[in-house]
Amino acid sequence: MSDTQPENLPATPSAGDGGTPEVIDQREGMFGVQGTGDTSGFGGLRRQVLLPGSTPKPYGSWFDGATDRLEGLVAEGSIEKVVVDHGELTLHITRENLVEVCKHLRDDEALRFEFCSGVSGVHYPHETGRELHAVYHFLSITHNRRIRLEVSAPDGDPHIPSIVSVYPANDWHERETWDFFGIVFDGHPALTRIQMPDDWPGHPQRKDYPLGGIDVEYKGTVIPPPDTRRSYN
Amino acid sequence: MTATDPYATTRDTTEGKVFTVTGQDWDSVVAGLDEEPEERVVVNMGPQHPSTHGVLRLILELDGESVTEARCGIGYLHTGIEKNMEFRSWVQGVTFVTRMDYLAPFHNEVAYCLAVERLLGIEDQIPEKANVMRVLLMELNRISSHLVCIATGGMEIGALTVMTIGFREREKTLDLFELITGLRMNHAFIRPGGVAQDLPPGALDKIREYITWMNKHLKEYAELCNANPIFKHRLDNVGYLDLAGCMALGISGPTVRSTGYAMDLRKSQPYCGYETYDFDVPTWDSSDSYGRFRVRLQEMHESLKIVEQCADRLEKMDGDPVMVADKKIGWPSQLAVGADGMGNSLDHIKHIMGESMEALIHHFKLVTEGFRVPAGQAYVAIESPRGELGAHVVSDGGTKPFRVHFRDPSFANLQAMPIMCEGGQVADVIVAVASLDPVMGGVDR
Repeated sequence: MSDTQPENLPATPSAGDGGTPEVIDQREGMFGVQGTGDTSGFGGLRRQVLLPGSTPKPYGSWFDGATDRLEGLVAEGSIEKVVVDHGELTLHITRENLVEVCKHLRDDEALRFEFCSGVSGVHYPHETGRELHAVYHFLSITHNRRIRLEVSAPDGDPHIPSIVSVYPANDWHERETWDFFGIVFDGHPALTRIQMPDDWPGHPQRKDYPLGGIDVEYKGTVIPPPDTRRSYN
Repeated sequence: MTATDPYATTRDTTEGKVFTVTGQDWDSVVAGLDEEPEERVVVNMGPQHPSTHGVLRLILELDGESVTEARCGIGYLHTGIEKNMEFRSWVQGVTFVTRMDYLAPFHNEVAYCLAVERLLGIEDQIPEKANVMRVLLMELNRISSHLVCIATGGMEIGALTVMTIGFREREKTLDLFELITGLRMNHAFIRPGGVAQDLPPGALDKIREYITWMNKHLKEYAELCNANPIFKHRLDNVGYLDLAGCMALGISGPTVRSTGYAMDLRKSQPYCGYETYDFDVPTWDSSDSYGRFRVRLQEMHESLKIVEQCADRLEKMDGDPVMVADKKIGWPSQLAVGADGMGNSLDHIKHIMGESMEALIHHFKLVTEGFRVPAGQAYVAIESPRGELGAHVVSDGGTKPFRVHFRDPSFANLQAMPIMCEGGQVADVIVAVASLDPVMGGVDR
């Protein structure tokens, strides 16, 4: 039962219009119980967690023109990969080149992303060496387009350059991402906690940070907090 | 008050003398300052102050009556909504997001649901009636939200009639919400795939009554305020921020439109079928608090126009579905009012228990497990009453969101507080903050 045959795996889920999906995790079982405790009969279930992978050219729509333009402006290798999924363009950028890429995104007249909608963090604990992702969204009012930049940093060295010098709007958003994910935005004018108290230990929205909560008694039965309840996985 | 008041003491710190004043005891501050003649006073205003719009904390450095430096302290209403959502099913997420920006609950719900629907790939399958109902509720919500902004903003400068009539009209709007969704706030009514319930009988008549009422009473705000010299003096040229400043600081919503630029996602990147409605985007060209007031006032009229168009459409859609046809996504049960209150409809119980085993399985799977959303990420932005409300939703293919982040317009707009207030008077800080209309539930999430 234990060895996974390819034909026993489910068909690759459709990854939108994206290319080869990337495996980021593997899920086992069905109900969150491991080993002999799982008497459900679903213990042998193996499922891969796939994220849309790099998209081959042409991307379609305005994506080709904008990507080519940006590639011509920035240092070689700045754009790690391009993902087109659900009609949204994502550029994965190496963190060293982020500020330069942002400058061109804002200033080049064929790109002209004037409006920064902020940054949000995502923690992928299983992506070794790329655990922390900072995801930026930009809006070009001139061309009426949106673009997403994704930058990753390893957990051991959680540094990403700040883009506040290019987009002042990102000031509080970077503070929030530092607060919740512990990503250090180098060059930020005052990178302090913004939501949590100043002396708070840890970064609450990382996956290894527990949700917390206490048992609640209701009508004679005890209900555990949500993160310790039995759940599907 | 005397110096022995335990709640209003004076103490020395390394930063200088700290006074705790609770009102009517300013003499102690004045007396204390006489001993140490220092011009600079740092005033901590909030987080519990009636004119800071909830638990916003303003730290003002004053030189006499002028503000030399201003900063915001936020986080007093942080409730960990984004983290909590990672432990609940996709549908339960709606119950959380509706509580973020509590003055615009439907906008939160729509932004979240549109993002989930994009990940599910069912954007095109949302029934027309669900879209019209979403637009209807969002526009009613825009009216009620702007009313609160104008009402509380008026109250803070002493225009109490604006407050009382503002809340009177808002009450009418909340009555409609209660009729349609069952709740006045925190509705969790818009769900991935559609909306939770069809319109109740008689709702359209109530909407028509509401439109008549609002057409009659919305004029009163203009009559009370537009040319009122005291009102104008308080708002004119206060909280000035031009278009370049707005773009640099990522400001959206009425603040941008008060600079003369008609930035509105309903027009530029329409969702829920906004391109099919006839409405204008009002602007003003003064870039100040008065301009923002006029923009909001005009927007309520435009929203009312859209509500009217929605009512016309809904009249022809009696009995149409309001939830996506896919039984693996659409919540199966319709609620009905029984003898013991609102609950599962008896017809539905009869259907799953006696007629269809498939229906029972779908019901059981959806209620216990929920649906799975294909892995990927989506960012959907909509025009909330305060500006661009963005939902960044990441799925790992599971039954629960992997990460949900909201780009709340109040959060981004508050960054403009220092530039609007520095160099002005203390009393103008209140007006400037009120013109940004921050909702702390959305700022802190």
